[in-house]
Formats: sequence, structure tokens, C-alpha cells
Amino acid sequence: MKFGVVVFPGSNCDQDCVRVVRDVIRQPVAILWHQDTSLQGVEAIIIPGGFSYGDYLRTGAIAHLSPIMQAIKSFAEDGGLVLGICNGFQILLESGLLPGAMMRNTGLRFICRTVPLRVERVDTVWTNKCQKGQIIHLPIAHNEGRYIRDPQPHESLAEQVVFRYEGTNPNGSEEAIAGLMNRAGNVLGMMPHPERAAEDVLGNTDGRLIFESMLTAHANA
Amino acid sequence: MMKGKSAHRGMGSARTVVRSGARAGQDEALLHKVARSHNLSDDEFAHIVKVLGREPTLTEVGIFGVMYSEHCSYCSSKPYLKTLPTSGARILVPAGKENAGVVDLGDGLAVAFKCESHNHPSAVEPVQGAATGVGGIIRDIFTMGARPIALLDSLRFGPLSEARTRFLFQGVVKGISDYGNAVGVPTVGGEIYFDAGYRENPLVNVMCIGLVDPKQLARAAAKGVGNPVLYVGSSTGRDGLGGASFASRELAEGDADRPAVQIGDPFTEKCLIEATLEALATGEVAGIQDMGAAGLTCSTAEMPAKAGTGMEIEISLVPRREEGMTPYEVMLSESQERMLLVVKKGKQAQIQQIFAKWGLNAVAIGTVTDTQRLCVKDQGIVVADIPVKALTDDAPVYQRPVKEPAYLAKVKTWSPKSLSVPSDYNAALLKLLGSPTIANKAFVYEQYDHMVQTNTTLLPGRGDAALLRLNKPDKYLAATIDGNGRYCYLDPYEGGKAVVAEAARNLVCVGAQPLAVTDCLNFGSPKDPEIMWQFKECVRGLAEACQAFDTPVTGGNVSLYNESGGQAIDPTPIVGMVGLLEGKPLSAAFQQDGDAVILLGETREELGGSEYLSVIHGQRAGLPPRVDLRAEKALQQFMLDAHRSGWLQSAHDCSEGGLAVTLAECCIMDERQRHGVAIELSDEAVRMARRADALLFGESTGRIVVSCRPEQVDRVMMFAKRRGVPASRIGWVGGSQLTIGTWLSTSVEALNTQWRSGLQQALTTPRAHGRAR
Repeated sequence: MKFGVVVFPGSNCDQDCVRVVRDVIRQPVAILWHQDTSLQGVEAIIIPGGFSYGDYLRTGAIAHLSPIMQAIKSFAEDGGLVLGICNGFQILLESGLLPGAMMRNTGLRFICRTVPLRVERVDTVWTNKCQKGQIIHLPIAHNEGRYIRDPQPHESLAEQVVFRYEGTNPNGSEEAIAGLMNRAGNVLGMMPHPERAAEDVLGNTDGRLIFESMLTAHANA
Repeated sequence: MMKGKSAHRGMGSARTVVRSGARAGQDEALLHKVARSHNLSDDEFAHIVKVLGREPTLTEVGIFGVMYSEHCSYCSSKPYLKTLPTSGARILVPAGKENAGVVDLGDGLAVAFKCESHNHPSAVEPVQGAATGVGGIIRDIFTMGARPIALLDSLRFGPLSEARTRFLFQGVVKGISDYGNAVGVPTVGGEIYFDAGYRENPLVNVMCIGLVDPKQLARAAAKGVGNPVLYVGSSTGRDGLGGASFASRELAEGDADRPAVQIGDPFTEKCLIEATLEALATGEVAGIQDMGAAGLTCSTAEMPAKAGTGMEIEISLVPRREEGMTPYEVMLSESQERMLLVVKKGKQAQIQQIFAKWGLNAVAIGTVTDTQRLCVKDQGIVVADIPVKALTDDAPVYQRPVKEPAYLAKVKTWSPKSLSVPSDYNAALLKLLGSPTIANKAFVYEQYDHMVQTNTTLLPGRGDAALLRLNKPDKYLAATIDGNGRYCYLDPYEGGKAVVAEAARNLVCVGAQPLAVTDCLNFGSPKDPEIMWQFKECVRGLAEACQAFDTPVTGGNVSLYNESGGQAIDPTPIVGMVGLLEGKPLSAAFQQDGDAVILLGETREELGGSEYLSVIHGQRAGLPPRVDLRAEKALQQFMLDAHRSGWLQSAHDCSEGGLAVTLAECCIMDERQRHGVAIELSDEAVRMARRADALLFGESTGRIVVSCRPEQVDRVMMFAKRRGVPASRIGWVGGSQLTIGTWLSTSVEALNTQWRSGLQQALTTPRAHGRAR
């Protein structure tokens, strides 16, 4: 399964994602530069965390206008797998591939901490390796992770929530939403960083479940 | 005030002809006034006239002013810095030769690391002051060709009971967080003290660590006559004008110094890291240096000085973000995220293309010459022409007078006899655990991204040092940053030794062999003989200890004039140390019920300078603990060998708060897995410490609390005996209480709550933690 990891100026988790794909789940991986328009035939795309274009206007606001994102929008509309992590989630919201928006954490401070998450759905390409209701632990690291829905939601989001913060809601997200997919299920945005918890040496391998779920779904497709 | 055009207009264009400021119709009085505003003495001015053979121009006065500043020239500290050990088998780049020192790690990997202060800017504008401190030290690392992989900070503030301290503290943390997080370099460790001595002068020392293939090391020398000089990165503005001079004097009252603080842009820095490493990888860059303190001036003077060459630049080509800037302003601006590159002839376009890809300026502003002079032109007209050695190697050095401070007489005669023993040791322990200096710092490190780059193996708050994985399984880089201003105030020499000993001890507690040191020396005014004496004695202690542990100093910086209103900070040398672990990481927290607890080292009656004395009795008095370097070295070697043999479960060094606080931390450091412990101390231990409070809270150095499986106890004890390391089995891990003899018995839950909430509580209910100096 060939992965593509997008690199914007200011991305800073791109190499971490490349490392997990290449060294942990051992799949081929291509770097997709923000000014590229070709997706190099990849079968899944990761939009990594970081501060694309410095996040100076609004998180993800400039990134979603980049040439690569136009290609990714078409790719997603055709059913391609797109995983946005942290800043990647924010970019997916800005680009309209996922509904809602991201606000500053209620505590008004950056939070870097490993938090418990409840896996709400296991019948997805992202979580088929998890158990229903399983609590996994993943690190978060963000300043703007408070998810809010569209002011006038057309439909309920309930079916789209993949991860919820368990126990303390660290950033004040509505309905404790930590990870959300589109209706078709091929686009997932999540604030927690699975790539930071995929190796024994880092003391936590819960994040591997997400990457391995993608592989399983791909093999069965 | 610097807009006068007379100094650089209407002059001949011949390179060597510079009309002096005075002869160009410029008021001689003004020239002297500007010189004084740069803290140039009359003697120094006369020296400049002699070097140039004429009166300097305004631009030249500015250039000499910043280069002769304490910050750039180390004029007061140089004679002492020479005494620090700098050589060792693993040293690839020794101190002072390049932007940062480099140490070999084997397996085709080397570590470049350095520590730098940003105290003055942080006192005036804490967010930007701290942020630009982070940016500056990161540039020192990647200009070596090394990818920055970790940051650590050492911070000092006044008491949190004061609103201004809370403003400074939260601002500094935010600045580090904003910049470090965005630039994608994890902040993996650090230390913070709150003490009245830093009320007006907070300290912000930042250490950056990078990894580099030794074959790919970059250099800061401007080699190759005729090679083009590229200005790279952000445009130049008026921010930070004269920052180096500002950092070389006492702080002014009010906000008068605000314009001297720079503004940071971590996004540009992140792009600069990527573009620079890409450019260096081509092998077409002959030399590179950060434009840090003194900006363009420092880099254009130091790079040719290192290579024995000269440099000529055309200042009108420098990208600017403000209009109407004079050459004086452009040369002295400390705008951030800028660097100077010397590129091999014919490769300019290739390098420029890389920077263009990352959206960065890369403008050719001059060439390397063979003149050994720095020549600055403004639209072809020479505005400065100075021998580079006069600005660097031949800058004045002063042997300042020294005098033992008067206060030390009183310190030496202090005795704990007058001290009442606490009626409730549980309450004393809880108070210490909750005091801001000792309490858990999650409030701080959770604001830092400490995991990005996915190398952080031991998370902050979990061990005595940070651990980062390297390119091989079971191979880790360990890092720590330590200081103790109170010890150094009470006894600069012993304090200097203690700081190095503690740093090395922290490294061995995670299982790592100490390798090398970077230091930040924070002191008051060198013109005060008593402060210069503190400096001399601290450096003597540092040098002896670095020698003893075979940890040479690879660089760092000196920050003087940390005083305001005539009140200097405590002498505060900060030591950053790196080490190598080949094997399994060792945690500070107890691991398993039933494990035996062993105390390595001896507890003497040493309450002087302790946190206990400060927090419980409100005193800063007495001589700090003595450091026996031979015993310490034996202890640390024993630690490493015992761990290599696989006998140990945990190790935590005894420092602030003494044995009781250390044991409490072993119980509660691992949030997911807390343990109780039952401790019995022998009659001999009680006799040696003389007093129960000294036994529980005294800070005798050279002690480590380790735990091991019960079946390993005999091996550990026998091995310790053979090595001559004092060791006593003092108890067992288990239960839900911390019990120490009949003195102390507290639930682990209560210890945990107090330790984890102490800092937040001090921020919200400030009065409880106030105390007078």
C-alpha cells in the first residue's frame, strides 16, 4: 500500500509519519510537496501535524489553498483514503472535506500530553483493529483543538465520530470529539498523534492500531 | 538619533579611503556620545583611533561598540574561561572554534550542542525574549550542519507570590512554547527555580542539541578568496538594535529597553532549518554563521577572522523590512532568523534556488577578500573599513579586580544549632513537595511539545535526565541542564563543583556515561570586584569538576550585568551536559513492590543552602554541601557498572529537599504506577547526620537512591563495598505510605496531590509562598 505524506512549509510531523509508514508498517512512502499537483499514484494520504505556513492567518487556512490540496480534494472525492493528523485535521476542516471548525483550547494553552480516547466505531478503515468501546492512549499536542460543529448542522454527526476524549476533556471539544470522519468514511481527521505512539521504544504502541487498520482495510478491499 | 548622513555620504569611493566622522563635518562631541552609548570607554575610543589611524565613522563606532561589548568580546571573562578543560578523545569541534561544540557518538553520528542565555530581553518582554532565545540557539546548532533534535531550558524567577513574577514566568513559558512547538524541536527537559534573588532579573538559558554526520560538519570560516557572501533568511528591520550592548549593561528602569528586544518568527526559522540543511548537504557551502548577537556585524567580522581572510559587503543590497535604514542600523540590527553563507564560486545560483524553494531570501551582498579587513560600502561608498582581528581576536581583554565578598564571613560562621527542629516532619515534607521549586512542572512541560520527532524515550518528569533514541537499538543520547545559584552564592567554588557533579549524577541515574558540557555563566556586573571574585571561584569549581568527570566544556556563553537597582542575581553558572547510554534506560520511579531500596553515599549534617532551610525556616545561610570529587566519581562509575550488570530497577539522585523528597518522588513520579515505601535508617546514619532534619532534608551531595530486586541486594552491596562506595539497604518498596522510621508517615496519595498541584496553587493563591530574601 503506497502512502503519501504531504509537506507544507511549516509541517513538522511529516518525517515522524514517514518513519512509521517506512519502518513500522513497512510500506512504500512518497513525499508530496505542497506545490505539487501529482499524487504519484499513492493509495493513501497523510496530512501531518505542524504549523503549515506558520498558521499565521488561521490554522490550516492557507494550506487548504495549496496546489497539492486541490489534488487531494479530487482524490478524496473519488474515495481515496485521507488521514489528517492535528494540523492535518485543521486543514481538512478548512478545505471542507470534513464539517466544523477548530477553536483554541478552553484553557488557552498549548497541551502536550498522552490522553485516553474511546474508540466509538470499529467498522471503519481506520479502526477495524480496535475493539468497540476500547480505550486507547495517544498523545495530543495542540493549541487549537477545540472542535465545534457547523452553526446550523444539517444532520447529526453521531455516525461520524470515531474517537472521543475519555474522562477529562482536555480542550473543550464539543461532545469530546477527538477524531471525525466524513460520511463516506474515507477521510479521517484526528487531533491525537498516532505516529507518536507506534513503537515500543516510545513506551506506547496504541497508535499502530490505526495504521494497521488501514492496511487491513486495503488488503480486504 | 542615528540618522546623520554626514558620516557616509559624499566621500570618495576608493576602498581604503574612509573619511572619519569628525572630518566629514560630524560633530566630534556626537561621536563620543554615541561611543559612550555603546559603553565604549575613553581608552577604548583612543584604541580604536589608533587601530584605524583616524577617527572612526558613526558606523564604525557602532561596529566597535557591539564587538567590544561584554556579550561579544567576553572581555572580562576570557582570562577565566581559558582555565576550563576543553579537550577529550570524543571532541570533534572544541570550544570557541565554531558556532557550537561537537562530540563524537560513534556509529557515524556526532552531537552538536550549546547553551545560551536570553536574560535581558526576557526581563523586558518575556514572550519574545524567551522565543528569540530559543530561535538563536537553534540556529547555532543547524549552522553546524546538525539537525536540531531537542531543547532544554534552565529558568530562574522571583517568588511566584508577586504579580510581576507570574507575568514573567507565564510569558517566558509561552515564548518557549510558541517558538519551540512551531519550529518542531521538542523541549525535552529543564529546570526552574523561584528565588527572590531573580526578582528583577529572571534567567532564561536555553540549550539546543543536534545530530550530525561527522563527515558533514559545517564550518563558520569565510574561506576562499573571491567566494560570494550570501545573506539568507528574514529581512532586516530596526528590531533588536544594539541588543548585544543592551545585554552588556544593567537593565534600565521602566520600558526604556523594549526596542532592543527582537521579534521571533518560528515559521521562517523552520523553513531556514530545512533550507540550510539542504544547502549544506550539497557540499557547496564553504562557511556559514548565524546572525545572532550584533547581527551582520558579528558574522562579517568573525567569519573572515576565523579564515584569515577579509570580507567586503555592499550594504544597500541587504533586504530590509523598513525604509530609510542607515548603514549603522543595518549593521547593528538583531532581526531574527538571518544567516550569512559563504558559497563556493559558481555555485551561488544552486544554493539560492534551494532557499527560494523554501520562500527565503538568499542575496549575494559581497565577497571574501584577502585584505583581512571588513569593508562595508553603501552604494559603493565606504562607510566602514576595519581590520577584522581588531574586532575579534585583538579586542580588549580586562583583568578585572577581584575581592572576596564581605557577606561570606557571616556565611562561614553560620551553624544549624540555632535552628529549631520541625514538630511535624510530615507537614515539612508536604510543604517542600508543594513548593514551586520542587513541585512537579507538568504545568510547564505540557505547554511544550516534548514528543515531536518521536525520539523522546524518557518523557519529562519521569527521570533525572532526558533520553532520546539514536540511530541504533539500545543507544540513547541523555541530556540534562542544572544549576544552583544559592549554593554558588554561599560558596562559589563548592557551588561550581556541585553543579557539574549534579549534572553528571543525573546522567548516570538514567544509565548514561557523561560526555561533555556546555555552560551559561550568569552573573552580576564584572566591574564589581566581589562579583568578579564569585565568577573566578565558580569557574575554578566548574573547571576542577569537569576535569574530574572527564567532561570537557565545548562552549556556551557568559551573561554578565544581571542586576538592577544595585542588586545582582546570585552567581548562577548553568551546566548543560550530554551523555551516552548504550543499554536499557533506567527510570527514577520505583518499579515493583518488594524491591529493596538502597541509599548510595553518605548523609552528613549539611543544611546550609538547602531548600529545607529556605522553605521551612526562611533562611538562606550556611555553607552549601561539600563536594568530594573522588567519592562522587567512584559513586557514578559504580552506578554505571551496576546498571550495566542489570542489577538496578530505578535510580534517582538526591538533590533539593534531600532524602525525604527524593524518596517521595520515587514513589509518585510515574503517574500510572505509584508505590509506597517503608524506610528504616540505621543508628549510624542518624549519628552521622547529627540531626533528624539534616538526615531527612539535608542536601549532602554524592547520594543516589536506587532500587533492585531482593535477590540482587547482596550483589549490589558487595560490589559497592569493593568499590569503596558507601551503601546501605534502607527499606522496601510497597504499601500505600511513605514511612521513614518514626519521623514520617504520609500517604502516597497526599504526597502525589501536593507535588502535582504545588505549582498551579502557587500561581493561583500566591500569598502562601511569599518570603523575604
